Amino acid sequence: MTSSTTLWYASRATGFVALILLTVVFAAGIGISRQARIPGLPRFAVTDLHRNLSLLAVAFVAVHVISAVLDTFVSIPVLSAVIPFASSYERFWLGLGAISFDLMLAMIITSLVRGRLNRLTWLAIHLTAYLSWPVAFLHSIYSSGDLRHGVLLDLSLGCAVIVGAAVIWRLVSVVRRLPRAQRVAAQLAAAQPAAGSPPRRTPRTLPPRTAR
Amino acid sequence: MTGVKSAAGGAARQAAAGLPRLLPPVPGDPEELTEHLARHGRPRYHGSALLHAVKSAGLTGRGGAAFPTHVKLAAAKEAGHPVVVANGAESEPASEKDAALLYHAPHLVLDGLALAADAIGAGRAYLYLHAGHAARIQKALTERRNLRLDPVAITVVAAPARFLAGQETALVSRISGGPALPTFDSRRVTERGILVQNVETLAHLALISRHGPDWFRERGTRAEPGTMLLTLHAGGRPRVTEQPIGVPLRSALGLTDAAAVLVGGYHGTWLTAAAVDSLTLDNAALRQHKASLGAGVLAALPHGSCGLVETARVTRYLAAESAGQCGPCLNGLPRMAGALAELAGPRPRRSTLHDVERWAGLVTGRGACHHPDGTARFVRSALTVFGAELKRHASGECTATERAPVLPLPSGYAAPTTEEAWR
Amino acid sequence: MTTVRVNPIACDGHGMCAELLPELVTLDEWGYPIVDRRPLPPGLERVARKAVAACPVLALKLVSPPPPVSSGA
Repeated sequence: MTSSTTLWYASRATGFVALILLTVVFAAGIGISRQARIPGLPRFAVTDLHRNLSLLAVAFVAVHVISAVLDTFVSIPVLSAVIPFASSYERFWLGLGAISFDLMLAMIITSLVRGRLNRLTWLAIHLTAYLSWPVAFLHSIYSSGDLRHGVLLDLSLGCAVIVGAAVIWRLVSVVRRLPRAQRVAAQLAAAQPAAGSPPRRTPRTLPPRTAR
Repeated sequence: MTGVKSAAGGAARQAAAGLPRLLPPVPGDPEELTEHLARHGRPRYHGSALLHAVKSAGLTGRGGAAFPTHVKLAAAKEAGHPVVVANGAESEPASEKDAALLYHAPHLVLDGLALAADAIGAGRAYLYLHAGHAARIQKALTERRNLRLDPVAITVVAAPARFLAGQETALVSRISGGPALPTFDSRRVTERGILVQNVETLAHLALISRHGPDWFRERGTRAEPGTMLLTLHAGGRPRVTEQPIGVPLRSALGLTDAAAVLVGGYHGTWLTAAAVDSLTLDNAALRQHKASLGAGVLAALPHGSCGLVETARVTRYLAAESAGQCGPCLNGLPRMAGALAELAGPRPRRSTLHDVERWAGLVTGRGACHHPDGTARFVRSALTVFGAELKRHASGECTATERAPVLPLPSGYAAPTTEEAWR
Repeated sequence: MTTVRVNPIACDGHGMCAELLPELVTLDEWGYPIVDRRPLPPGLERVARKAVAACPVLALKLVSPPPPVSSGA
């Protein structure tokens, strides 16, 4: 087994692991906005998971890229990791990988300097996650044939299902969230004496807290 | 505009007391420029001399917070690129004094606005008021523009019919082109160079500019000099009157008998009749009863009306007028309103009273503005003053014989549900 | 003297602050933070910064000096 093959295997393996990690990062990110909790863990566990795994994912992507560049079997310029469509090998599908990686870097860098940024700017960049993951997924499926059969295919589809479910979960909450102008009237209607005894915790008869 | 009369005791007594200062002695149609100048003469103190005069006079804000005006003027001047806003958005349903002032003596307000702008070096001046009043003041503005009376152009900005429209940060948001919603900023509005003054404060300032600080101090108390406009609800139509600060509360109210009195408007405090008898019209005295003058609303609750029913009605209005931006206010005020409605009815649950008290504590100090604080103060004072009535309701009885509402609310009122309602 | 403050408009009741800084922040019955206005004890500064960073909407802030006297609501 030549070192070239080792590098090639390393690139494919780290690429696949990165995809799995990014799936969890994506789901955790949605979980934060939905105020979801991992049973038995404190609230900030979801935040920590999201942040730490995103950094780990970047590390795996870096190894994925470097091992592919170092491998001499095909010629992939190092800059094609961040400049889309700069590689003559699999120009389009690698290009998608670069796009996804660029967006990931933007999200992470803006998150590191969040305190100095306008919140809307930070949010706009973070919303590109909805583009970054699908693009990474397509890059994964089509850059090499690995994920198109067998266990890896099943796992990849599983990742897609998880991300799809997370997106639907998020969309549902966006649709159900009351616009500010309507929240007070809704709370007033629910707080009428005839509505029955109001328990201490926020009852389900009132709009959910996150639909503020 | 009807409803403006001199205080109980007649015009003669008022005139002897050097009153009224602000409104014309016989208010009828809006005072035109020539009449205004004939009554008051021309301003004498300008610029830093005026700032000095306002400081010596001890003028405090008449919009409800009673903050020393000279401090605000100095702070806005120092902040750089100052701007002045005359706040005439009288959103308190029970208050009519700003409306009366803007209608009967618009030039006094506009003088004050122009003088303040000149004194702090403001490049722009705004007049912020509800749409109806904006239309009525156009004539006065045109008169002044034709004579190039004011050094700064005055821009009129319409305020929506929201309780919070006159709140300082909501006002700034509206004038900047956004909705009249309170904002959260670490810096005070004045520190950003925006001077917001109630129209009555500016009217007093315009008079100080003519007659000087000593004249201003001829009425009122040493700590709280001057006079103030009141809106009185003591049977019949509400009346706007001007009183020196410090007079006995009962004589200001011009009342013989009441079950209780609401002092300071819907963010104010209920007081017992006995307390009212012992108090004077100044914040130093009222503070001992955890009350304050606010924007000068005094409303008497007649015997035969139920204080809890009135409080419940107003609390529901206050809850509906929440901006809905802050969790504690959004959750707490509607629940308090529901609880008050239950307490105003027969046989409320015992837990409801504890709930209201807990919620009042929870919402205080936890919003971006003081709307929850004021509402909690109003509700708590009701629970104290109407304690006996609470007990009667618990056994299914109510002393009220009169069903007609006492405290005014906008007619045909419904809670706002659109973004447009805040512009 | 540094104090902890929450922007009540930005706050969405995620509750990370109360978990990370229970000495100064508790949650009310609706999930919104009740913040102690005492000056931040020096030993808690590191944890407080973590809490500020953990807030998903950046509603928690460390403020110094304490806010000036109110100039009116």
